[in-house]
Amino acid sequence: MTVHFKQDEPDNSNRLDGMKQGVIGKPLPRIEGLAKVTGTAPYAAEYPIENCAEGVLVTSTITRGEVTSIDRTSVLSMPGVIAVVDDEKLCTRAAQGTANEAPMQGPAQVCYWGQPIALVIAETFEQARDAAKHLKVEYREDAGAPIDPGAVEPEEQEDETVHQGDLSHAMAEAAHSVDVTYTTKGHASAAMEPHAAIAQWDGDKLTVHASLQMLNYNITELADALDMEEENMRLISRFVGGGFGSKLGISEEVVAAALAAKQIGRPVRVVQSRQQVFQTVMRRSETTQRLRLAADENGKLTGFGHEALVSNLPGETFAEPVLQSSHFMYGGENRELMLNVARIHRMTAGSVRAPGEAVGMPALEGAMDVLAEKAGIDPVELRLRNIPEQDPEEDLPFSSHKLAECLTQGAKAFGWDKGPRKPRQRREGEWWIGTGMANAARVHNIAEAKARVTLKADGTALVETDMTDIGTGTYTILAQIAAEMLGLGPEQVLVELGDTRYPRGPGSGGSWGAASIGSAVYIACKAIREELAARLGTSEEELELRESKTAGGEALTDLLGGKDLAREGHYEPGDIEDDYTASGFGAFFAEVRVNHYTGETRVDRMLGAFGFGRVLNAKTARSQCIGGITWSIGVALTEALEFDPRDGHLVNCDLAEYHVPVHRDVPDLQVLLVEERDGAASPIQAKGIGELGMCGGAAAIANAIYNACGARLFDYPMTPDRVLAAIPD
Amino acid sequence: MRPFQYSRAPSLAEASNLTADENALAIAGGTNLLDLMKLQVETPDQLADINRLGFADIEDTDEGGLRLGSLATNTETAVHPRVRADYPVLSRAILAGATQQLRNKATNGGNLCQRTRCFYFTNIDQPCNKREPGSGCGAIDGIAKLHAILGTSEQCIATYPGDMAVALSALGAEVQISGDKGERSVPVRDFHLLPGDTPWIENVLEPGEIITGIVLPAPVGSTQIYRKVRERSSYAFALVSVAAIIELTDGKFSRADFAFGGLAHKPWFDPRFGEALIGQPPSEALFDKAADVLLEDARGYGENDFKIPLTRRTLRAVLAQATEDAA
Ligand SMILES: Cc1cc2nc3c(=O)[nH]c(=O)nc-3n(C[C@H](O)[C@H](O)[C@H](O)COP(=O)(O)OP(=O)(O)OC[C@H]3O[C@@H](n4cnc5c(N)ncnc54)[C@H](O)[C@@H]3O)c2cc1C
Ligand code: SF4
Repeated sequence: MTVHFKQDEPDNSNRLDGMKQGVIGKPLPRIEGLAKVTGTAPYAAEYPIENCAEGVLVTSTITRGEVTSIDRTSVLSMPGVIAVVDDEKLCTRAAQGTANEAPMQGPAQVCYWGQPIALVIAETFEQARDAAKHLKVEYREDAGAPIDPGAVEPEEQEDETVHQGDLSHAMAEAAHSVDVTYTTKGHASAAMEPHAAIAQWDGDKLTVHASLQMLNYNITELADALDMEEENMRLISRFVGGGFGSKLGISEEVVAAALAAKQIGRPVRVVQSRQQVFQTVMRRSETTQRLRLAADENGKLTGFGHEALVSNLPGETFAEPVLQSSHFMYGGENRELMLNVARIHRMTAGSVRAPGEAVGMPALEGAMDVLAEKAGIDPVELRLRNIPEQDPEEDLPFSSHKLAECLTQGAKAFGWDKGPRKPRQRREGEWWIGTGMANAARVHNIAEAKARVTLKADGTALVETDMTDIGTGTYTILAQIAAEMLGLGPEQVLVELGDTRYPRGPGSGGSWGAASIGSAVYIACKAIREELAARLGTSEEELELRESKTAGGEALTDLLGGKDLAREGHYEPGDIEDDYTASGFGAFFAEVRVNHYTGETRVDRMLGAFGFGRVLNAKTARSQCIGGITWSIGVALTEALEFDPRDGHLVNCDLAEYHVPVHRDVPDLQVLLVEERDGAASPIQAKGIGELGMCGGAAAIANAIYNACGARLFDYPMTPDRVLAAIPD
Repeated sequence: MRPFQYSRAPSLAEASNLTADENALAIAGGTNLLDLMKLQVETPDQLADINRLGFADIEDTDEGGLRLGSLATNTETAVHPRVRADYPVLSRAILAGATQQLRNKATNGGNLCQRTRCFYFTNIDQPCNKREPGSGCGAIDGIAKLHAILGTSEQCIATYPGDMAVALSALGAEVQISGDKGERSVPVRDFHLLPGDTPWIENVLEPGEIITGIVLPAPVGSTQIYRKVRERSSYAFALVSVAAIIELTDGKFSRADFAFGGLAHKPWFDPRFGEALIGQPPSEALFDKAADVLLEDARGYGENDFKIPLTRRTLRAVLAQATEDAA
């Protein structure tokens, strides 16, 4: 039995708070944690499948043009080689998140250097890899493909454009104004587990083990790519070794494995090499962002301008949503917002860790620091003065807004010094030391979700959904929600995820997983409670369950009478999506040291205070925040994709040369969870967490660099060469 | 990965034999070689595993120095009590490289022979004179932030990426080599070569020659500094590194052995740099003057222009640290 709930109104009943089991919000360790760290949790490529052949993708060595011939004989006689696949259904790009249709197909048309064009299948991985390197391919090259985003006429993303009032006038009249341009380099998701798939056919039925974030969409994408019915397909992603956006849509290896397995009549495994993951999946676009801020003498914004240039391949709809939070972060009645996309032939740009705010907020919050300095106002105070009453563009209320609390509590916990801020005040030996802060914002996303909860006759519970856990803690929080609602210990709840045989969840992405699927589980549990209450002749609201018993001491197993009780919860966000502007908010504080001689920057300490609705598990929530802050250190200091200026290929395509922060770059991070209940965000009053932790943090570091050594930088990442170029002597 | 023959060399003579062929390579820790083989940058037909040859000891020499076996690991070397006490610059240089896991596996001989991290060298679908003579240099006019500013050629601007050898160069260590023509000893300062017209020849090893050890001279009681500038605080190659062995007598430099990493196709040792310092009291002006000599012929390739000022400033940092350490 399915219970459908479409949420049109905020739910401020806070029912989870009234339950008696007392496990919701508790810092429980991740259920699957031990299996993962002991290597017993199987990842996509690790399923032992008999008679499985190995496929390796062949990638293009031109930027744009056409594959005119592939000489199979060049590899078919090599040891172990079984076949070459160049089926026109092969995908040449990964699908964008929630695309719900096949990504670009037709491997003969080359659109970027490194694009998959064929697959070689052999008995062993090494044989396939060797043969893939030896496959003779001829091309007709289309020279002169543009690869520099600054060198083409960009396209305007009209739905992002805002013209309100007269910004130029406001700038001219302003007591204080800022007009600065920031740049950010491209980023890679850099998940540990490479993209991998094993495909198996049984007649016309296909099973694929893959590393994917959103099975609900992925199955449609795969069905579309293969031109078959979803009913004949099963996708399995029980454990995902990180996705960070790169596994939102299906990527090339999934379709290639399916086609190859069909062609040779054997299971086929395709694992992308680290270099291929970097070069073929998704990049975050580089950005150029102009910020214009006009303020009165009190620092209150009267004008707000944010214009950004990003890039993508021809034919892609995705444009890094740089302005996402800029639309509502600050007031200012005179507004100019515009997002432009340059069509260039670098690999696909798509969702990478907090698309939009991850790079938009660092630029905006850097500019706010410049304004604070110009206006002579403490940066925390400036932010406090500019919290808008409601969405400044949409005439909508905020679902909730904890920014002021985050700012004041964060400043206090960090020991923010409200004194006058002048750069170059503290020096220890070779090191300049300084502090900086920035706001955090990340839109709250929510999606339709289904989950089945079964209260088993033996008194345990089973939660089933095709939702994935990409390392965030989904298994654990779903067990906690069900346990809380049904009065069980979390260890009595078995959570089964990542299999399309189960009811369709929303998938993991855009930080929407917990609130969306958590709501579906909540609805299912509530329906079970209703049935139990009916059996007891009471109401669901009155029903008290704890430690597998009712308040009256009746055992759940007795109530069940030897039978399972199952309900499917179906959550759908209704009018709440349109009636409110919903976002997570927060504040970052950082102390850094900058080496006077070498320009090296190290983060000494960092604190993030975040308000994102209900905390479902204090430990996994904190871990999400720590991960986010760590990424913001990467944005600030180290991460940069480098593209060859001639053919546009990605050059630094491994984890040695693409610099994510290492342990030594990450100090002890402090996280303040500023608890709130946001009934307009979801019926469990929770919002998204994961990404918020990286949306703005880089600016806290950049602003601290300025405060430390006087180098005001406008280009991320702030590597030693850039710091040195800007540091006063 | 291309198919290859693997044999475990039972003796030094056999190791020489096995690696005498042009398409044969020795394998020690494999931390560099295997990565390059997977990428088909290295495509040996024959691998001679030298791990059972011994050469793993670290022992005192009659001259009061220390002999490091070529098969001793980087970790064993860095933590050796005498290395830490008498050659701290070496210990620090090793510990500034790679990660603990890599250093546990990496050997001293392999470390000397590690290959450049040039992005075009490691991508076989790009031009590279070092990998494929005559194909061109992808890095010139490409992404060349890590590349050399000294001793470059029209053919190649790659750097030698290692840290350990920079310290060894400053220390004036010698490389012991054994081959079918017998044994020989080569100063570390002469071991690596500049690219010139033959960038694929990186050091003086002839086919069939195996490094058996590294000999450190008797220690000089002095200030030793290893300074590595990098984009993240660990697990990154040097933008610029400086190994310095300094002695002050009566407030003046009586020893100033400096070697530099990240600047050239080899650890860079320029005797004129030390000469400019000897007999003078330390000062920023003096270091700047010595840097002028060092960087006289330096040439940036756009993206790596910053290495010129960075080298100067890093030297000032070394000076500041030296004066601090001495005080
Ligand atoms: C991700 C990463 C980061 C790194 N970072 C750093 C760093 O920051 N600083 C740094 O200095 N190094 C760094 N390294 C390099 C590392 O130090 C080397 O890979 C290692 O020292 C090589 O030693 P090995 O024994 O594994 O050599 P192998 O990989 O076995 O061999 C390397 C080469 O040396 C030859 N060879 C090995 N032993 C001998 C011998 N006895 N005689 C003759 N030839 C021999 C081999 O034929 C081969 O050509 C890094 C490596 C990696 C993978
Ligand atoms: S710099 Fe040297 S290693 Fe790099 S591409 Fe040029 S020739 Fe090859």
